[in-house]
Amino acid sequence: MAHAYTPGLRVAERTTVLKERRLPLPGEVLVKEGDIVNADQVVAKTDLPGNVQPINVANLLSLEPADIKEFMLKKEGDAIKKDEPLARTAGLFGMFKRTHHSPVSGTVESVSDVTGQVLIREAPIPVEVKAYIDGTVTELFPNEGIAVETTAAYIQGIFGLGGETNGELTMVCSEPDEVLTESQIDESCRGKVLVGGSLLDLPALHKAIQVGAKGVVVGGFNDQDVKEVLGYDLGVAITGHEELGTTLLITEGFGKIRMAEDTFNLLKSLEGRKASINGATQIRAGVIRPEVVIPLAKDETKKDIEEKGASEGMVIGSQVRVIRQPHFGVLGHVTELPAALQKLPTEGMVRVCKVKLESGEEVIIPRANVELIEK
Amino acid sequence: MTKDLENIQSVLATDCGSTTTKAILIEKRDGEYRLIVRGEAPTTVEAPVEDVTKGALNAIREVEELSGRTLLDGEKIITPQEGDRGSDVYLSTSSAGGGLQMMVAGVVKSMTAESAERAALGAGAIVMDVLASNDGRRAYQRIERIRHLRPDMILLSGGIDGGTISHVVELAELIEAAKPRPRLGIGYQLPVIYAGNRDARPHIEKILEEMTSLDVVDNLRPVLERENLGPAREKIHDLFMEHVMAQAPGYDKLMSWTDVPIMPTPGAVGNIIQTIAEVEKIEVVGVDIGGATTDIFSVFQDIFNRTVSANLGMSYSVSNVLAEAGMDSIMRWVPFEMDPADLRNRIGNKMIRPTTVPQTLEELMIEQAIAREALRLAFIQHKSFAVGLKGIQQERNISDTFDQTATGQSLVNMMSLDMLVGSGGVLSHAPRRQQAAFMLIDAFLPEGITQLAVDSIFMMPQLGVLATVHKQAATDVFTKDCLIRLGTCIAPVGEGKPNKTCMKISVKVPGGETVDKEVMYGELFVIPAPYGEPVEVAVEPARGFDMGAGKGKAVKTRVPGGTSGIIVDTRGRRPFELPADHAERVERLQAWNKAMDAYPE
Repeated sequence: MAHAYTPGLRVAERTTVLKERRLPLPGEVLVKEGDIVNADQVVAKTDLPGNVQPINVANLLSLEPADIKEFMLKKEGDAIKKDEPLARTAGLFGMFKRTHHSPVSGTVESVSDVTGQVLIREAPIPVEVKAYIDGTVTELFPNEGIAVETTAAYIQGIFGLGGETNGELTMVCSEPDEVLTESQIDESCRGKVLVGGSLLDLPALHKAIQVGAKGVVVGGFNDQDVKEVLGYDLGVAITGHEELGTTLLITEGFGKIRMAEDTFNLLKSLEGRKASINGATQIRAGVIRPEVVIPLAKDETKKDIEEKGASEGMVIGSQVRVIRQPHFGVLGHVTELPAALQKLPTEGMVRVCKVKLESGEEVIIPRANVELIEK
Repeated sequence: MTKDLENIQSVLATDCGSTTTKAILIEKRDGEYRLIVRGEAPTTVEAPVEDVTKGALNAIREVEELSGRTLLDGEKIITPQEGDRGSDVYLSTSSAGGGLQMMVAGVVKSMTAESAERAALGAGAIVMDVLASNDGRRAYQRIERIRHLRPDMILLSGGIDGGTISHVVELAELIEAAKPRPRLGIGYQLPVIYAGNRDARPHIEKILEEMTSLDVVDNLRPVLERENLGPAREKIHDLFMEHVMAQAPGYDKLMSWTDVPIMPTPGAVGNIIQTIAEVEKIEVVGVDIGGATTDIFSVFQDIFNRTVSANLGMSYSVSNVLAEAGMDSIMRWVPFEMDPADLRNRIGNKMIRPTTVPQTLEELMIEQAIAREALRLAFIQHKSFAVGLKGIQQERNISDTFDQTATGQSLVNMMSLDMLVGSGGVLSHAPRRQQAAFMLIDAFLPEGITQLAVDSIFMMPQLGVLATVHKQAATDVFTKDCLIRLGTCIAPVGEGKPNKTCMKISVKVPGGETVDKEVMYGELFVIPAPYGEPVEVAVEPARGFDMGAGKGKAVKTRVPGGTSGIIVDTRGRRPFELPADHAERVERLQAWNKAMDAYPE
């Protein structure tokens, strides 16, 4: 058995999708096991400690740190409003007193007689966690969150921008090699998750954001355009927090690359359904891939879901996609797995596979440069 | 059962990298330790496997296949060796899981904060940010920064023993107020190490004990004239193993298998570099350019320094190399026409599919152009960090006053550098060794006479951890099997004019003829000289050029040859410049590639 160096991206017609929805700090879970939830429903909430304002009262009022408690008008735990007096010196014979006023509203958290520093904590920041997908609550993590499960079609992308959102799946391109352009996007795209073909150009992305499309799924996108849209070079592929207005999910890679046929056809067959999409990507330890989750109607879930066996790795007959030049993005199947290392045009000696491409051409590709198509 | 680590006959060692896990088998044969075989498998920290031991076992199985030895009993490592089965000791290093990400804080940026940074880097960590009382940020900005970052650990230092405590206590207050959230989840208490003024300890404990997992160690800068980084480094390493590694999938199992604690890969590589410098009595720079980071290690004036450029690498952070270097800097090394937008897409695709390899010659040249920039930028970061201690009152005599040098100067001296060792896929796996030599020369610009070498199959990490157990075994394998000697670079310092004599060189290869040549400024050529007996070299630099003995002063020495032999480089040092004109530059690059026999026609 050969190692497949690159685990393939998942594209499944029907599978169980389980998502854990957790708070960053302990809080309140608002639903219970067995509840049916929808994607936009808040399932847990908590408060993040508010911002801290440090004020060195000793320096500001020319006091010794050890003395400031004597001149504080508020003590630890007291509430204080903006501009309210915080500390006041005794002055000279009751005159020339100096007062320092609080720059913010909040609570006095600490007064240090070692450093002379006072910390004021502002109001807590509420944090909410939504369900993200329509489904059923299958597990409760007390004070932390829930697990929500659904039967859905599932598509993984290779790179994305933007975070979680959802909308009605809408095919904008009719062929997987079509370029998605500005002219194809209009007001009717508001609130929708759009599906393109081989490329989304920059004007089209701007238009999608402008009309309020929730997301765009497309085969390719230019790296130069990532820089344009973010305003900076994305040095490392860790995304998901961009507030573009529209979540972007790329299925194939950078450049103009035809969307894989299976992926395109699956999306087409589900047009009109609600799709949850997340552009968050992390290409490092703890890899996170962007995804589209399309819950299936209740009656469809009555069909048996085939249990997916453990991956066999690459074998003769395995369906693969080429993931580097030359033949980038082309599909094929493995016809041979030579045991010996082979010499490439670079003169490097590597493990290769022989692949019969869709065109019928048979080529030698380094095993590291193909990914398995996994169902 | 206690092991006799002195009399080991065989060593099995793995290194779990961010992309691949490498396993090596070392055996004692005819009284010396030698590398027998090496195996490799993809690292398995991520889904679907999520267990680092699987990748390690796969790599060890490959070693079994290639060596014919049985090392595993199912999923169990057989140790100690019994007859032909098993190995006497099993060791491992790791950088998988993104390594250890730390924040450090000190009072004065160029003193205690910098010492804290050195402690963290020396322990094998990635330093996310350095906070200092005098770093120009407002207190609320420092708090925001701590809240925003998700460090695995914080190292707090500041104040010499017996000095003032207020500044370091203030830093502790800021840390407590920020309530930093570690990246490893809700229930996890952030480890904080306090290594500052001992008089402040009770206050620090009072402020941080409840909210964090606080450990107190000896002051890492007890007096200004001296750093004491050892205790902090050891504590960082212990906590790393206990808190961070233990959380990463499969590590608790891996930790139970090894005979000595797992070392972070960069810590181990640093260890073997220090060992070489010590044993061979030379000044060394080592570089490990990986997928995510580029680590540089140096020993100058017996002082070891390490930097991690966590933002420069050949796959995960390759887009960052483009961001930091800029398109022009990378394109200047590409010896053919290329559309910048196309190059951007190729780099982006490598970033999102990091395990792919170049298949065409064009792709290989692009990767090696990027590598030059990654190495160059990482080295700039290293040079500014590897400096003498600041804050010291020096006794000055008259000549010092005229010299105008201050402490805080870089220790890195390319003229006195004896050896440059490269490691990491793009260097070690370069299809032709001369490509690796060329990348090292272009990126580091060695001066005078410098030996070049690569780690043949990047086993430096494993040798580094082996050196802690058996120095002799590590050194044997390093000098005999690990290092591939590329040759020696001869490069005079100075600026000249093309077609004007720069130097005269005479090279006497053992058993061969003497090559005498008058070299013009702007040349690059190779004199073949295989590694074996040292080669006699005499260089007479022209007026204005320096080979280490002073301008115009001749030097005579014996140098090792290697796969590339003696590489004479008079293209310029201080400055080194590529032609500004695109066509001229491409022509020059192609000529140099030919001179180096770098690529097939």
